Amino acid sequence: MSEVNEKAAARDATNWAKKVSTLNVSEVPEGAININVEGKRLAGPIQGFGKMWQKTYQVRLPGERVSATELIATWKQRFPEFWPEGNAFYGPLTGIAPGEVALLNMTLPGKMKLSTGVMVLYADEESFTLMTPQGHMFAGWITFSAIERDGETVAQAQVLMRASDPIFELGLTLGGHKQEDRFWDQTLTRLATHFGEPDREVDTQVVCVDKKRQWSKWSNVWHSSAIRSTLYMLGAPVRGIKGLARSS
Amino acid sequence: MAEATATFEVRRHGPASIVDIRGDVTSGSETVLMGAYEETGDARAIVLNFTDLAYMNSGGIGLLVTLLVRANRHSQQLLAFGLSDHYRQIFELTRLDEAVGIHDTESDALAAAGVA
Repeated sequence: MSEVNEKAAARDATNWAKKVSTLNVSEVPEGAININVEGKRLAGPIQGFGKMWQKTYQVRLPGERVSATELIATWKQRFPEFWPEGNAFYGPLTGIAPGEVALLNMTLPGKMKLSTGVMVLYADEESFTLMTPQGHMFAGWITFSAIERDGETVAQAQVLMRASDPIFELGLTLGGHKQEDRFWDQTLTRLATHFGEPDREVDTQVVCVDKKRQWSKWSNVWHSSAIRSTLYMLGAPVRGIKGLARSS
Repeated sequence: MAEATATFEVRRHGPASIVDIRGDVTSGSETVLMGAYEETGDARAIVLNFTDLAYMNSGGIGLLVTLLVRANRHSQQLLAFGLSDHYRQIFELTRLDEAVGIHDTESDALAAAGVA
């Protein structure tokens, strides 16, 4: 094998997650809920229901403050700290690494709580990508990257997604897109603040890649994390009583 | 935008166009890949040749999804051959294999596209 091929093979093995048929959560941290991740398959934009969107959020930082690789190293290591309030990312303590599965508690419009997760599909020194499981509000992936351009370091979050099912598609149309834009705006602002630049503006670019909805995927609603999370919350009193009965 | 690190050469084979991919496919390949797609013109099937692919990151996989959408919009079939075992697994992991027909050889891919 040539030196170039050996280098490429090493990158392949290190940077990509290993193939899995379904997701497995090795440990459920306190506060996390694993009802919509364990045993689910991954779902990319091809498996989603709604229109396909590519959303790009960028924030520019002075190059002398942080390099692209330093920024990505910090983002991977401290990823949960940059999430907006009201949302929790229960990732591995060691930071973002290919194949790791993280559980999420999200707040949706109407203060609705949703439990879901992501798998780290890819990670290298300049970028990393999270992919969603079946039942997540959207089917797709989010790539976080940084590049150095004109003396600045540009941090970027790019989402390629379709709403998973008709209910989430309706939700995105009725304010969900705006909420998502706010989410990533706040995330990048927190990231910029970490590097001492709290007043940096976040640029947002939204492109509808495919206007067609994939009606053949309507049955994804069966896996809906919104419905399953709501049912789980409604069942909390019953679980509480059962727990008390067991302990007495 | 990241720098392009791959080339995409287009060959015509009857109603199919074959795209020979060389180098590293990343998000920086968008302009050259979409330029190659334009070159495929009215081809009924687009066959991606990954034999000389050196490396592809998640940005490259994202580009393939965008290419797939464009091909579907024009009722074109998208197929692939020459993928290493590793990238076959990546296609399966990302479930791209559910929309892109994967074959061992160019002739298998062309046969699947209905091109003699």
